[in-house]
Amino acid sequence: MTKPLLVVSNLSKEFVTSKGRLRAVEDVSFEIAAGEAFGLVGESGSGKSTIGRLVLRLIASSGGQVRFDGQAIDALPERKLKPFRAQAQMVFQDPFASLNPRLRVRDIIGEALDTHAIAQDRRTERIGELLEMVGLQKAHADRFPHEFSGGQRQRIGIARALAVEPKLIIADEPVSALDVSVQAQIINLLQDLRARFGLALLFISHDLDIVELLCERVAVLYLGRVMEIGPTERVMRHPRHPYTRALLAASPKADPDGPKARRLIMGDIPSPLDPPSGCVFRTRCPQAQSLCAQERPLLRQEQEGHQFACHFDLAREGEI
Amino acid sequence: MMDIVTMSRNSMSQPSPIHLFFKRLFRRKLVFIATLVLGIIVLAAVLAPWVSPFKPDAIRMARRLKPPNDINWLGTDEFGRDILSRMIFGGRASLGIGAAVVLLSMSVGTVFGLLAGYVKGLDALIMRLADAMMALPDILLAIFLVAILGPSSGNVVLALSIVYAPRVVRVVRASTLVVSELPFVEAARALGVSTFRILRVHVLLNVASPILVQATFIFAYAVLAEAGLSFLGAGVPPEVPTWGTMIASGQQYADDSFWVVLFPGLAIVLAALSLQLIGDGLRDMLDPKLRKAL
Repeated sequence: MTKPLLVVSNLSKEFVTSKGRLRAVEDVSFEIAAGEAFGLVGESGSGKSTIGRLVLRLIASSGGQVRFDGQAIDALPERKLKPFRAQAQMVFQDPFASLNPRLRVRDIIGEALDTHAIAQDRRTERIGELLEMVGLQKAHADRFPHEFSGGQRQRIGIARALAVEPKLIIADEPVSALDVSVQAQIINLLQDLRARFGLALLFISHDLDIVELLCERVAVLYLGRVMEIGPTERVMRHPRHPYTRALLAASPKADPDGPKARRLIMGDIPSPLDPPSGCVFRTRCPQAQSLCAQERPLLRQEQEGHQFACHFDLAREGEI
Repeated sequence: MMDIVTMSRNSMSQPSPIHLFFKRLFRRKLVFIATLVLGIIVLAAVLAPWVSPFKPDAIRMARRLKPPNDINWLGTDEFGRDILSRMIFGGRASLGIGAAVVLLSMSVGTVFGLLAGYVKGLDALIMRLADAMMALPDILLAIFLVAILGPSSGNVVLALSIVYAPRVVRVVRASTLVVSELPFVEAARALGVSTFRILRVHVLLNVASPILVQATFIFAYAVLAEAGLSFLGAGVPPEVPTWGTMIASGQQYADDSFWVVLFPGLAIVLAALSLQLIGDGLRDMLDPKLRKAL
């Protein structure tokens, strides 16, 4: 692997709430190489969006480290973050709330250019170029966000992120608020842009199919912890963690001849205010045993780059 | 093609935003009437030297305490001064003080409200201070402040602004808390946009409607409070005609000559009521949840 662009090591985030300490993210480590697409999957409440915000330092971490291009981002004072802000950008989930309703598209994208003093002498042209890059038209610059559909707004959000010419884009469920037909268009756009500009992508999603399509590597999160991480192909075809298997089994497949037996996991994700002892997944795990309540399983290597956090090796002990 | 069609339609037949704004606001008859009444009062005050039948301080002892008649339409006061003329000139001071209080309390309150809502470390400090001020009854606090500062129009404005600024702080803070959690503010932060610009462009623009509504209410409160202060002798000096000073100096004649206090009182009620109704109308119109029902 080439020198990684983003290195996240032992990242933790604890929120202090009125009901106690909420461990949203615990001991999460992963790397993203330049130009690589990395997926973060998990149920809602698994801490995947929090990780995105921690990486961009929109919120402060409680522990661990984020290094971007060799520089420790979480150690920098706010005023020294500006160069980093031009390198890593975010595309948000809700296309209706992620654009200021009072500003014209020209000013929304222009703000990105102005903040980093980019293309000031050809501002209007550059805004037009960016709009065309994401499949909109120059003339759209004079309109307000409410004049666009959800998919078009998401394109504007992508144009805003691209305006600073970043190396990394964090896409936080960028298509989950869109119609299925529009989802495909936005995914294709992200893929095109990634190929065209060599962008690295941190793709946060609960949709395994989209992650499989888009990402080279993937991490499966549960209750703020990494359950399994590795090349998408390996993780999806040969899942080693019972949670990954359950997730895969729960996602609908357009294959009438495929295996019918679904091992659905029961119940809801436990409260991160009071996580289970030992393995956090044990309360919903079909294979849980007494060891799981006592000891927290560490990530262990399955193959080069493929790790999982379970006491039991499903492959070696046969299908359970 | 589609775009050309929609754009030309927009530019040709769509009414201007200001036109639309008033069309929606006046859909309620009562709001329209209130605006009309307030408009007349404001116009009369602005054009006072031209529209008032007499000089407001022209004393004619021969015609003192005359009931409404064909010369002095609303009667005369204890010095024979024309009530209508004094009311028209009094509106200048009353409305002027109201407008000044709105301007001052709004600007101070908005700045502190934005800071309290957006800068975590300042929230508790600013809000406890605002709570402490709001715990005191408005008029008592105002009397106290005027007593310290001394009675003059400027000091009444200052005192009332201090009294009403915490209300603005509350409203602005609450809206700021909501808006600053929205993704477009997060997007601006991810871009490295300065806090000042985020507050000015992303937050302030989107909390403008509740601030506007609050402004009309504070205008009404300030007109009432100025009258109250002047009535109590803790406001504008009695020789300056305002609706409040007119009632204050006329009260001892009110038993036999009700018009001395009735008409200035009516002016206060009409102005305050119109402002409240306009404020209600604005609030209902700008609140998207109520917008459909209208």
